[in-house]
Amino acid sequence: MGTNGSRTFVAALFPLCILAMWWAGAGAASHNLIPSPVEVAKALWDLAFGGINDDAFSGTLLTHLVASTSRVYGGFLLAAVLALPLGMMIGRIPFMRDLLEPSLQVLRPIPVTAWLPLAMILFGIGPTSALFLVFLGAFYPILINTVFGVRSVETRLFEAAAMLGVSKSAMFPKVVLPAAMPTIFTGLRLGLGFAWVVIVVGEMTGVQTGLGAIIMEARQLSRTEIVICGMITIGIAGYLTDRFIQWVGSRLLRWSPLHA
Amino acid sequence: MRNMAVPILHVDQVSKSFGGPGGEGGAKQIDALRNVSLTIQKGEFVCLIGASGCGKSTLLRLIGGFDTATSGAAKMWDTPITEPGPERGMVFQDYGLFPWLTVRGNIGFGLVARRRPRKEVADVSTRFIEMVGLTRFADAYPHQLSGGMKQRVAIARVLANDAEVLLMDEPFGALDAMTRERLQEELLDLWQRTKLTVIFVTHAIEEAIFLADRVVVMSPSPGRIESDHRISLPRSRDVASPEFNQIRRAIAAELVSHHAPKARPATEPVPEHADAAK
Repeated sequence: MGTNGSRTFVAALFPLCILAMWWAGAGAASHNLIPSPVEVAKALWDLAFGGINDDAFSGTLLTHLVASTSRVYGGFLLAAVLALPLGMMIGRIPFMRDLLEPSLQVLRPIPVTAWLPLAMILFGIGPTSALFLVFLGAFYPILINTVFGVRSVETRLFEAAAMLGVSKSAMFPKVVLPAAMPTIFTGLRLGLGFAWVVIVVGEMTGVQTGLGAIIMEARQLSRTEIVICGMITIGIAGYLTDRFIQWVGSRLLRWSPLHA
Repeated sequence: MRNMAVPILHVDQVSKSFGGPGGEGGAKQIDALRNVSLTIQKGEFVCLIGASGCGKSTLLRLIGGFDTATSGAAKMWDTPITEPGPERGMVFQDYGLFPWLTVRGNIGFGLVARRRPRKEVADVSTRFIEMVGLTRFADAYPHQLSGGMKQRVAIARVLANDAEVLLMDEPFGALDAMTRERLQEELLDLWQRTKLTVIFVTHAIEEAIFLADRVVVMSPSPGRIESDHRISLPRSRDVASPEFNQIRRAIAAELVSHHAPKARPATEPVPEHADAAK
């Protein structure tokens, strides 16, 4: 308990320093473009529950959070459904590797932002484009880790399994898949993280709701305190998602020293 | 000898080379084994010993079915060995346990792979977990075990799978001295109870003489069988006895002769400063 308490204290030190500097900096100038922490706190309350400003933003946080969360998970699931089998095939079937890997290596460095205009042409203005961009963000980490995971299974394990009577066709479910699980899981975790990272870009596609959407809208209205509220919410939501997936990992991968 | 001589394994004029023109591994051809023949009787405990590069592990892997010979054939019960199989269980120096399975899961792995009934898997696993004394660790994962425990699991795993021949590739090489001695005793005990045939690769002379009915000494370049010693000392053997030491000296002398520098042709300059030049 004592250790936990002191660790919480240490973890709080850095944000408290930032908060203090922010406070001091924002208060120093009379005409400041950056709102003070108090203004942001008020705005966050108003955004969540209303009752202070009673404008277009008041009390809408939950709607935006739900919209963004559903896009993050939707895009992530879509990415997982495609990247997992594709990664397994690229990792284990030489023909698939030769066929797809070079193209994917070229596509991979293209940032999600660069896809924005094309996505809007292909999928129109609105949620489909947003979903596509989130999907792209989550796709590559899952794919790369799946390929790496199924490819880097120790030879020894194949030998051990063969010696114990596992046929060649049963190697994949019996050896490759379980051995690759920790790496695949890391890919899923990174993918979900990236999905949160690209949500703002994804919601630049002209959707009405979503944390990215209010950030863009608030920016045009110079409501910087709302922008910061959106940033904070994304940070917390992404953090909680990651904690959840780590918890799932520690349950499923108790055998792995990396995850236990 | 414990049994009537019933040959279980035949290695007949086997050669194995790596590399060379058009081969795997580079331009220089290495003869890991050249014209090696060996017959092993059912129930025998045979140790293969030799300096590194003598082909002892290669020979074991050929018998295991993990590699194929360049020429010649290895047979078990007159059937050519072409691939690994449950009747020839291998125990690797680095254990080769499945990290995602518990001790119980690892020991039952072969039975599950061969689709045996759930009840049988559970019963057999329990029996072999007990046999190697890991009942308290049945639900532990490999990363939670010591090296000695891991190797016990690896042995139990092949025994549970009805192996007739136990192939062991320097299985105790990575263990500390105390654990190694205990596992040697346990292995002998298992062998005497199960009537298994054991082929055990090692580079430790004492280990070989302590364990084996037969110590087969191999020498490198090309890998070949140099001599075959029958060890008829009564068990359990006293490593400090004069008889034991006599055999140890004889085998040690043979092994040292393999290391002795070969006479150089007079025309070849001795690269005295080769290291300094780098």
